[in-house]
Amino acid sequence: MTSSSQEKPPLLDVKGLSVDYGLKGVPSRAIDSVSFALRAGEAVGLVGESGSGKTTTAMAIAGLLSPNARVSKGEVRYRGEQLPIDDDASMRPHRWSETSVVFQGAMNALNPVHRIIKQIAEPCMLKLGMSRGEATARARELLELVGIPADRGSAYPHELSGGMRQRVMIAMALACRPSIIIGDEPTTALDVITQAQILKLLGELRSRLGLALILITHDLSVVAECCDRVMIMYAGRIVEDGTVAEIFAQPKHPYTRLLIESIPNPASGKKMIRPIPGDPPNLVNRPSGCAFHPRCPSVMAVCATEVPSLDQFGRGRVACHLYRSSQEDKVAVHA
Amino acid sequence: MPDTADILRLESLQVHFPIQGGLFDHVLGRPAGAVRAVDGIDLNIGRGEIVALVGESGSGKTTVGRVITKLAQPTGGRMLFEGRDMTSVQGSSALRPYRHRVQMIFQDAYQALNPRHTVFDVVAEPLRSLRLVGNASQLTERVSEALASAGLNPPGDFFARFPHELSGGQRQRVVIAGALAVRPGLIVADEPVSMLDVSIRAQILQVLVALRDKHNMALLFITHDLPLAWLIADKIAVLYLGKLVEIGSADDITFNPRHPYTVALRNATPQVGANAGRAELRGLQGEVPSAARVPKGCRFHPRCPLAFDRCKQEEPPAIEVGPQHMSACWLAA
Repeated sequence: MTSSSQEKPPLLDVKGLSVDYGLKGVPSRAIDSVSFALRAGEAVGLVGESGSGKTTTAMAIAGLLSPNARVSKGEVRYRGEQLPIDDDASMRPHRWSETSVVFQGAMNALNPVHRIIKQIAEPCMLKLGMSRGEATARARELLELVGIPADRGSAYPHELSGGMRQRVMIAMALACRPSIIIGDEPTTALDVITQAQILKLLGELRSRLGLALILITHDLSVVAECCDRVMIMYAGRIVEDGTVAEIFAQPKHPYTRLLIESIPNPASGKKMIRPIPGDPPNLVNRPSGCAFHPRCPSVMAVCATEVPSLDQFGRGRVACHLYRSSQEDKVAVHA
Repeated sequence: MPDTADILRLESLQVHFPIQGGLFDHVLGRPAGAVRAVDGIDLNIGRGEIVALVGESGSGKTTVGRVITKLAQPTGGRMLFEGRDMTSVQGSSALRPYRHRVQMIFQDAYQALNPRHTVFDVVAEPLRSLRLVGNASQLTERVSEALASAGLNPPGDFFARFPHELSGGQRQRVVIAGALAVRPGLIVADEPVSMLDVSIRAQILQVLVALRDKHNMALLFITHDLPLAWLIADKIAVLYLGKLVEIGSADDITFNPRHPYTVALRNATPQVGANAGRAELRGLQGEVPSAARVPKGCRFHPRCPLAFDRCKQEEPPAIEVGPQHMSACWLAA
């Protein structure tokens, strides 16, 4: 974002990132020219439906792309330094200590045969060179930090509830004092009340430790509650980027607007079900021009032929031909 | 007396799963106990009524759905369908007329569909096994009708397709088409949209609402999502640890909840809207206790911010707090 230039340099700078997956020899583009900056302590929601590229974006930043993925364009900079995101071995020193990931399925991400204290202590020993005793002490500290009594550290993952396991995942992610936490649908498998507890914990940790947060989710309402900014992804591209307040009050991209309208919202009092027509796009057979044009209620001729670029609009960014007319017309188009 | 107003009545329905005790307990003669998954619930579903059963995981909502579809046997209470007591009816031939009237939609359309059956076979299966059609052309007609009602148009294009050739939303429509092909009076839908993308959810909800509007089909919509329940249902029943804590119209439960658990559920639900952002998520402390160790008194009292002495001793009955609005809370007394 241009506005960040007068402030301190971004913590994370993603520039024109494109990632392809090899599908039966045919490369299919999972994310396309994704660019954004993240400032220290900022919480950004990355929202999209399945196949929108939100997880690929996050995994690319963390250097955790699967072997059949290839970074075909672009770069990721951390405090100005380029990260070797496509080289597993050179990426290793960066993981955990700069960026760490909280995955969705805590039961699958935790080792079932080790006590949780050992699993939290492990990165401390490997990454921070701590002795076993020091690492265990650190692990106990981390457990208390995420709201688990340190004595519960001797439990195995199966002895904990889903919410407790997700807390363990967060404790692990914090082990090497990273400045960015990526939460990949961290609350999706949890009940609402547990979800609220975990979101509250993430918010507290953010302000206490000055963490930046990238929250990947399909659930806009989760983002509404706990992020500063939200980026909406569709078919591998960011289609809209703005502050939470702006996006929810005045969504610009037709997809964002329909997405918000399709969430049941008792506060609106409107028991209207308005579906987004059509099906999510197929990445192998991507629609021409703007990928949303076959489903878009405001489609124009240009949408089928030309990919709209993600341009600055007001204080945010939007990739839609509706907002690419002359500067003066822009507000009128929205109104 | 057959009751024609309600299609389904659950009276003090109870499902307890016995716990297999250890050898040591057995030798000492200790009782093994039970998981009280459903612990005495009363619920009526009217003809053409959409009732949402809302609860967290472990609340027993899926077990209720399984009892209604006769996939689980109650250990107590009664279940009346169109006035007939179905509680102890068992066996596939005895249940055939019932299965014709009550169908289920599962959450996971990926697992609910046989990957080696075509869409036609999936939808035709209940018609064939319940022997509802006489000949092939009638069968094709019924399958087409069901697919069209589920929003798969033109139906003929889908006959020969296999599940892997469909998108997630289309798969869930096929599952719905299979359920409605027999023209049931009641569909039990267990989290039918929770695996779907947000943009697809509304399409499926529209299909379900249209079924009620056109065919007067009743729907029991099982979900953990209170705003979603509000959107689709006429009536919401909130389940906590095997017991209904509150029942009322969708608007009453959403805007005027009277049970502290419903209030907590509502407050914990993230909100979207023009005023979104940074509302403090006021949740509850702790977790749902195990259904094998249900707390004494009101089962919600250990987590209730408003609990007082009576809550720890006596279990509150369902207390009328308004028209068609019940809350099982001593504060409502």
